[in-house]
Amino acid sequence: MPESLAITKISDLANPTRFLGLAARILPFMAGITAILFAIGLYLTFASKGDYQQGMTVRIMYVHVPAAWLSMMCYSVMAISAIGTLVWRHPLADVSHKTAAPIGAAFTLIALATGSLWGRPMWGTWWVWDARLTSVFVLFLMYLGLIALNRAMDDPSRAARVSAVLILIGFVNIPIIKFSVDWWNTLHQPASVIRMGGPTIDKEFLWPLLIMAIAFTLLFFTLHIAAMRNEIWRRRVSAQRRMAARMAGRTLAKEA
Amino acid sequence: MTALLLRDLKLSVRAGGGALIGVLFFMTVVAVIPFGVGPDLNLLSRIGPAIVWIGALLSALLGLDRMFQTDREDGSLDLILMQEHPLALTVLVKCLAHWLGNGLPLVIASPLLGLFMNMSEAAIGATMLTLLVGTPALTFIGAVGAAVAVALPRGGLLVSILVLPLAIPVLIFGVSASYAAVEDPAPFMPPFLILVAITMFFAVIGPIGAALALRNTAD
Repeated sequence: MPESLAITKISDLANPTRFLGLAARILPFMAGITAILFAIGLYLTFASKGDYQQGMTVRIMYVHVPAAWLSMMCYSVMAISAIGTLVWRHPLADVSHKTAAPIGAAFTLIALATGSLWGRPMWGTWWVWDARLTSVFVLFLMYLGLIALNRAMDDPSRAARVSAVLILIGFVNIPIIKFSVDWWNTLHQPASVIRMGGPTIDKEFLWPLLIMAIAFTLLFFTLHIAAMRNEIWRRRVSAQRRMAARMAGRTLAKEA
Repeated sequence: MTALLLRDLKLSVRAGGGALIGVLFFMTVVAVIPFGVGPDLNLLSRIGPAIVWIGALLSALLGLDRMFQTDREDGSLDLILMQEHPLALTVLVKCLAHWLGNGLPLVIASPLLGLFMNMSEAAIGATMLTLLVGTPALTFIGAVGAAVAVALPRGGLLVSILVLPLAIPVLIFGVSASYAAVEDPAPFMPPFLILVAITMFFAVIGPIGAALALRNTAD
């Protein structure tokens, strides 16, 4: 039964030790491939000729667009993990959406900052209250709110379940971001790569962009798995510390 | 359910006057604005609907953290969790009671503040109508935040941070509908109907999410 095999594979990962083993094996490869892809992507970025209108500033796109995609994908990963937490009580899902939040916030910040830098020469302003900019800014605030919520609670499993509920409610924002440029006629340009009827962007720009996008995606997964590993280790350390503290209390009581 | 509604209403009106404080805060926020932007009546009448809406949004956030916290402190939250009715329905009733106690006074107070802001009759009416339709959505969204932060000792601030981003669409369409009623080219109905749709949407999502969060925070 192929389905049951997939299910057992995923539930096998519920054992943190197995996950740690897997992470230790694949992390070096992922980091290596990410580095290679970044090298190719950045080389292509600098080798490509500038746009005839935008000049050099078009190169900001190769960082801005993947970061913006990633900020949304990261939230989707968190939403899937949140479902995993609430429905299957999968222990790794808790760790997954907790650790994804800071990474997502970082990518969102990169997207906002590079967009702002790009907007200055192109639109003549650092910031406009345009539908997409505003909704991405709201996404950034939601990431920060989730991080704050996770830090406010002591019990990690309860914090995970509660923030999972909030993640799923906040997922409403993702379609709003995606379609904001289609629904409202705004300054930010509409989608030009992933759209019906093929990309409208020129091939010269498309290839470096795609490679940078894949590199960013791999970077996200590398960071995410590394962060999950760190979180599991952190929990083990704190559990052992608590145990040590309890034992210390006992030995002191015996001596006294 | 009716008993719960009445109980919550009585509590919100009597105990500590939570509802009245919300209205007072609303008035204070709106009254502070002319000090900030200057007493230019033309300018005030132009930004009036937006100011009234922002004031209402802030004061709607004010009472949210008490929504489930008082019940948790006196233990009735555990009874609510144990009863046979679907929890989402109970939360819906609690939201309604909270709105009647905290949201409705804001709507009633808004025409007075509209006068202060030198808004025209049409703008005052439109702002009141949009507040009437929009503030329930704020309560429903806030219920999720309140349920999430119920177990936290200092949850009030966190509730505001978590709820405000989700409340932005309500603010956008509420304000744009209020402006559309005054300015001719923009039609009033589309943003108003979207506001109604948002309220309906959160009336479903909010209680379900809040119920889920309450079940998970119960210790």
